[in-house]
Amino acid sequence: MAISESAYIQEKFSALQTQQADAVLNEIRLKAFENFQVNGIPSYKNEEWRYTPVSQLFKKPFELSENTVSIEQQFLQQTRLPNSNEANELIFVNGVYDASLSNIRSKELVVLPLEKALSDSTYAELVKAHLGKSSLYIKDGVHALNTSFINGGVFVYVPKNAQIDLPFYVYHLCNTQKNPVLAQPRSLVYISESASLKIVEHYATIGNTDSFINEVMEVVVAENAQFEYYKLQADVANANQVNTTHIRQIGKSFVHTVVATLTGGMLRNNTNIIMEKAGNEAHMYGLYLLNGSTHADNHTLVDNREPNCFSNELYKGILDGSSTGVFSGKIYVRPQAQKTNAYQSNKNILLSDNASVNTKPQLEIFADDVKCSHGCTVGRLDEEALFYLRSRGIDAAQAKAMLLLAFANDVIDKINIESLREHIEDIIVNRLAVQTS
Amino acid sequence: MKEEIDVLEQAIGSEYKYGFVTNIETETVPKGLNEDIIRLISQKKNEPEWMLNWRLKAYAHWLKMEAPDWANIKYPPINFQDIIYYAAPKKKKALNSLDEVDPELLKTFEKLGISIAEQKRLTGVAVDVVMDSVSVATSFKQQLAEVGIIFCSMSEAIQNHPDLVQKYLGSVVPMTDNYFSALNSAVFSDGSFCYIPKGVRCPMELSTYFRINAENTGQFERTLIVAEEGAYVSYLEGCTAPKRDENQLHAAVVELVAHKDAEIKYSTVQNWYPGDANGEGGIYNFVTKRGICLGERSKISWSQVETGSAITWKYPSVILKGDYSVGEFYSVALTNHLQQADTGTKMIHIGKNTRSRIVSKGISAGKSQNSYRGLVKVAKNAINARNFSQCDSLLLGDKCGAHTFPYIEASHPSAIIEHEATTSKIGEDQLFYCRQRGIDTEAAVALIVTGFAKEVMNQLPMEFAVEAQKLLAISLEGSVG
Repeated sequence: MAISESAYIQEKFSALQTQQADAVLNEIRLKAFENFQVNGIPSYKNEEWRYTPVSQLFKKPFELSENTVSIEQQFLQQTRLPNSNEANELIFVNGVYDASLSNIRSKELVVLPLEKALSDSTYAELVKAHLGKSSLYIKDGVHALNTSFINGGVFVYVPKNAQIDLPFYVYHLCNTQKNPVLAQPRSLVYISESASLKIVEHYATIGNTDSFINEVMEVVVAENAQFEYYKLQADVANANQVNTTHIRQIGKSFVHTVVATLTGGMLRNNTNIIMEKAGNEAHMYGLYLLNGSTHADNHTLVDNREPNCFSNELYKGILDGSSTGVFSGKIYVRPQAQKTNAYQSNKNILLSDNASVNTKPQLEIFADDVKCSHGCTVGRLDEEALFYLRSRGIDAAQAKAMLLLAFANDVIDKINIESLREHIEDIIVNRLAVQTS
Repeated sequence: MKEEIDVLEQAIGSEYKYGFVTNIETETVPKGLNEDIIRLISQKKNEPEWMLNWRLKAYAHWLKMEAPDWANIKYPPINFQDIIYYAAPKKKKALNSLDEVDPELLKTFEKLGISIAEQKRLTGVAVDVVMDSVSVATSFKQQLAEVGIIFCSMSEAIQNHPDLVQKYLGSVVPMTDNYFSALNSAVFSDGSFCYIPKGVRCPMELSTYFRINAENTGQFERTLIVAEEGAYVSYLEGCTAPKRDENQLHAAVVELVAHKDAEIKYSTVQNWYPGDANGEGGIYNFVTKRGICLGERSKISWSQVETGSAITWKYPSVILKGDYSVGEFYSVALTNHLQQADTGTKMIHIGKNTRSRIVSKGISAGKSQNSYRGLVKVAKNAINARNFSQCDSLLLGDKCGAHTFPYIEASHPSAIIEHEATTSKIGEDQLFYCRQRGIDTEAAVALIVTGFAKEVMNQLPMEFAVEAQKLLAISLEGSVG
């Protein structure tokens, strides 16, 4: 039975509302569920989903995940990123936070289940004030579905002045051995004044049936805080994702994001940066190196609500096989956001006849004293550069790999966690060596 | 340089000067839209049955469609039953020559700066004049006919060249294409038809002048240009309308067909009444324009200067089907007061080694909203497709908006597509430079804007360039300071 059958979802929703009763969450979930019923699953007619047929995914017999799934230690071990022993690890199994597998090593870092944070007098008000704000920006049914099923989510709190030097690894593990799984992890991260945090999200599916992770992470960055965000998507071909990373800069702060998409099924990343204070700065980078039938869709939004903000965005794509890449970037400059400085660039290389790319860099500007520009290219490898390398005795395959690596490195170099950068670079070097020979 | 500024200064002092109404007897059909009205229009025009059937089919399809809402424009829903679909200056008998044209009509066009009578003497431009729903005069027919060119109103073409019309009408913009093209197919009243035979280089610029005069009417004209193998034609289009407080609808369809080695250059200076400073009145300009490069090495070039209309919704497109074909789009869109423009182009690369170039300059002033929306699509077998797009926006004032929505869809690895866009305001240093040389602010702004738009202006035929430049300055008036 397709998961889009409303009776199934309705039933699961009612069950959740009675089982996990919490006044605040119940209300948020109910409101989202009403939205879900009104908006439904977006079709290609929805402008935001024009190139990503997400409704196809919803025709599959996914089961909404249950809490009782276990994951083998060995699988977790394989999935771990390098230097895991010197990092904080947060683990979601089928979309539900698993405290026993997680490992928080930094003393100042507070990690609580959402339900618990809501009943904790220190954090309850903070959670209430900030949970669910992404719904103001993303109104489609997929996002509403996540919010309707907030369960087993996490609240992460970085106290004032705390510098969390260890990277914060967030693993999303999916066990689909029994049946195809729709996992809906939810998290809220609050980085207080003058604090800093580096989050790395990583995804892994075990099992032969399909997984579908529909994730929402909301991040609130306060005055003078620093936030770095990395996403590595290198899962199996039957792993599908719709990820929303909604970052609000409520104080003058610094945000740096890198999204690396290497393998997977149908992947969609919404990366939103909302500049709510004057003088904010954000850098967004993305690389999609695709092969096979992977579909990667990056939607980014920079909403300049206040003056004097700066944003820089660079997304690069290399597409081979019959993969498809989608980029849709939106820079929004509100009337009061004078002196905005915003750049956006999207560059693509197509390597095969069956690969395709659809890109849509958009500017919506309502203020006059701004400097905004965007550029976008689709092309192939430079024949002259190839010739130059070959004339120096480098064979065609290697020359091609060198040029592609150089192209990708513009983005990979922006990963400030050394072990992670080297890990991703290794994957890319190996991939290119195989792919081009 | 000096003269340029003079022209601008002179222009700045004036407002929309084409806002007068001609007092001429008009024959109209009743308000509203239904099958009977379509039959009536068809009957009035003495059309053959295939034409009527075509219209009815389009109407049936239109009834099933919904008005599009994806564009970045806002307007109250249009009541299609409150529009008069056919209005024509009353004619006593068929006209044989320009001398028989109603003098009142001639005066109107003289006032607009297009003296039909004068055109007769001066060589250069052949004009087809369309007032409200029908073509009132076409000049130079005889001279054009000598080289085999057919240039006449659409109604005449339906009577005299039914084979050509049947072959090409709707071949580029099918009647089912979109909401407004379906409406146009059902009720279109007149327009221009132009056929350039094989190997002929059209000796003069062809031109159509569109004028809305009657009240409560909608104008639905249809233009079809066919260039046979090796032919060349340059075609100009101009539009004006009287000042009125209510909004009037203009939904035209333009189709261009370029065969092997043919070239069509289509230029528009659109200056429909834009409404007053408070957004009262003005024309809704919902136009479908598309050309197809059918043969090898054919070329279609759109140039447009859009300064009028309360709302502009128009995307002149080129389908690059023939190998080595070329598509070009040059546009200046200026919006002031409460005008809204959502305009751009589509370049569909299908053939091999096709090239396209897009240069779009948007200027927003007052409280207007100006959007560029474009599509560059490279189909699966379009080897070595090449596109370059450049969209620049200039904002004058802090209450207006400039938006860019480019869509790029590439499905072949050999494609090279480049798109770049910038948004900025006029630099303080640029203004300061002009002012210290004794140019006042308003003139300085006009000067800088002219420079900003120059790349596109250069593409316009001489006859239009001066008018277009004046237009830019007039439309800017009151937006500074």
